[in-house]
Amino acid sequence: MSPVAFFILSLLLFTLGALAFLFKRDLITQFMAIEIMLNAANLALVAGAKTWASLDSQVVVFFVITVAAAEAAVGLAIILLIYRQKKNIRSEEINLLKG
Amino acid sequence: MSEYFWLIPLFPAASSFILVIFGRWLPKKYVSVQAPLAVLLSFIFGLASFLKIYPRGLGHEAAGLSKTLFSWIHSGSFQIDFTFWFDQLTAVMVLVVSGVGFIIHVYSIGYMAEDRSYTRYFSLLNLFTFAMLLLVMAGNMVLMFVGWEGVGLCSYLLIGFWFERPSAASAGKKAFIVNRIGDAAFLLGLFFLLFNFKTASFPEINRALTDGRISSSLATLIALLFFAGATGKSAQIPLYVWLPDAMEGPTPVSALIHAATMVTAGVYMVSRLNVLYSYSGIAAEVVAIIGALTAVYAGTIALTQFDIKRVLAYSTISQIGYMFLGCGVGAFAAGMFHLYTHAFFKSLLFLAAGSVMHALSGELDMRRMGGLKKHLPITYSTFLIGAITIAGVPFFSGFFSKDAILTQCYAQGKYFLWLLGLTGAIITAFYMFRLIFLTFHGQERFSAEIRHHLHESPPVMTIPLIILAFFSIIAGYIGLPVVFGHDLNFFERFLEPVIIRAYETHLSLGIEWLLIIISSVIAFVGIFLAYVFYLKSPHLPHQLASRFPGVYRLLFNKYYVDEIYNILFVKPLVKGSEMVYYNFDLPIIDGAVNGSAKTVSFFGRILSLVQSGLIRDYALVFILGVAIILGLILF
Repeated sequence: MSPVAFFILSLLLFTLGALAFLFKRDLITQFMAIEIMLNAANLALVAGAKTWASLDSQVVVFFVITVAAAEAAVGLAIILLIYRQKKNIRSEEINLLKG
Repeated sequence: MSEYFWLIPLFPAASSFILVIFGRWLPKKYVSVQAPLAVLLSFIFGLASFLKIYPRGLGHEAAGLSKTLFSWIHSGSFQIDFTFWFDQLTAVMVLVVSGVGFIIHVYSIGYMAEDRSYTRYFSLLNLFTFAMLLLVMAGNMVLMFVGWEGVGLCSYLLIGFWFERPSAASAGKKAFIVNRIGDAAFLLGLFFLLFNFKTASFPEINRALTDGRISSSLATLIALLFFAGATGKSAQIPLYVWLPDAMEGPTPVSALIHAATMVTAGVYMVSRLNVLYSYSGIAAEVVAIIGALTAVYAGTIALTQFDIKRVLAYSTISQIGYMFLGCGVGAFAAGMFHLYTHAFFKSLLFLAAGSVMHALSGELDMRRMGGLKKHLPITYSTFLIGAITIAGVPFFSGFFSKDAILTQCYAQGKYFLWLLGLTGAIITAFYMFRLIFLTFHGQERFSAEIRHHLHESPPVMTIPLIILAFFSIIAGYIGLPVVFGHDLNFFERFLEPVIIRAYETHLSLGIEWLLIIISSVIAFVGIFLAYVFYLKSPHLPHQLASRFPGVYRLLFNKYYVDEIYNILFVKPLVKGSEMVYYNFDLPIIDGAVNGSAKTVSFFGRILSLVQSGLIRDYALVFILGVAIILGLILF
């Protein structure tokens, strides 16, 4: 299988994630969209490693997975606290930083 | 003990410090002991130092005690030390300041007993004593200026002691501002002195002058600038206007600061720089003329005033005029002698006036007094002694000192000044006895309510009066005129080492006698006139006033000087400041500051529109940004 297919899949996944992040209003969904984008990046990295026979980008994947796990823990905790405060998690209603 | 003479000013300083820091926890009784005790200690050390230099003083040796605590200002070859100095002139001032100061501290215990701010009062009075002792013991002009400003500050604080009263607060402000005008001139003089003499210490100033290194026009300039400073501090024409208003302060303060010590600082300064003033004939002439004019001028105002303390204030101005007249005609010793006797009789008069006020529940207006003689016997008799002394009745101290000045005027051939002095003397005798007759004799003109409270003051107040009265009588006998014997003027001989005698006076004994008889007669004429006007036929003053309404109104309104100053200086200054405020401060200074702030906040508001607070917007911008950068890199 040509590695280009992997790259195209990765690109598609990333685009879908980004669009989902932009157009969904639910924080949990947006959060999942971030995870999709991260994994799209992971896929591209692994495909790159295969294509150029280099381990470097595979190492980066491990980092990304670790960071994603940490980020999921923190992000979910924040969402939980927002829910406790506001009784909803709709992102367009959270605009405390409005100038 | 005399080797520790430099401790003299430090006792009141330490006492004041303790009262300021710990005052609120100290009981009243303790304060009443500590504050006078500190001044008494200064007096004792002063006396010891005086006895140490006394034998040397009567010779011709110029010797004094000197102690340099540390080098104060040091720049290249220029050096000013923190030096205390105790010579004959200092000795006189230290003994007067601490001696009279101690008596007034004691009197204050009684006078201020009911006051809420008892501790604050004594801390300020101590601080004043420190500053005044620093002034007289300073070994150079710069250190003297520190004391000079220090007494000015204390004067301001004590005039405005009852600052709840707007009149007291503004009187303090007036005193401070008028004194600043004089001090600006003093400071200019100091700069000229430092620049040209390269030194500020008194012996070196004298040496520079006697060496002839200084041109006489420069000496004149410096002397006149210093004298302008003295007209502020010592309330002479044209800067005397603050002193009558300064009577808003507590009466013992008027006695100590505005009669006995601070206001005579100018005379001390001129005497201290006697070499400079003898060197410059013009400056000495100006000092003499201003002094003589002030002596008469202030006396004429005192003639028509009804406020008992204001009469005394104008009298003080007039008497200081005599001191300057003495200094101006080269009789520095006579000027200092008058300063010394004046300290006793004028503080006596003020304290006795305070006792009258105390008895009359704070009444100041002589029109609502009268007949107090039998109610206040001690106050009356001591007041009478003070009045006799200042009027120049023979054999009281004021007679000898005033006569010494007038004789010197005559001997120098300055007959016009001598005549002015005599005029002042007759006026003095008249207004003092007008005061006595209006206050203590005649009908009782106070209300029944006040009469009910009428009482002689407690011993803590009357004993100081008696002591001061005693000294008012005898203080003059250390400076007898030459007609009583050749070497009887101990005062002048004591001061000889520090005061140069530019010229010898040769008056025949006959003329000396004649002058003494003339001034005695003058004193009695003044008293007799007051008797005729205010006791024998009390309608006469009214007749005279209605006969010459213009003159009366002019005198009663103090020559309208306050009003004239108001129009000439105060109003234009306020107007000018307002103009600058409205045309420059508000539009330009404030405009620039506020304008820059407004510009920043305007752009801030525009930029803040970007901040929607919504995650989606940030994400969109972020993604677009990444896309653009990626596009730029790839293509």
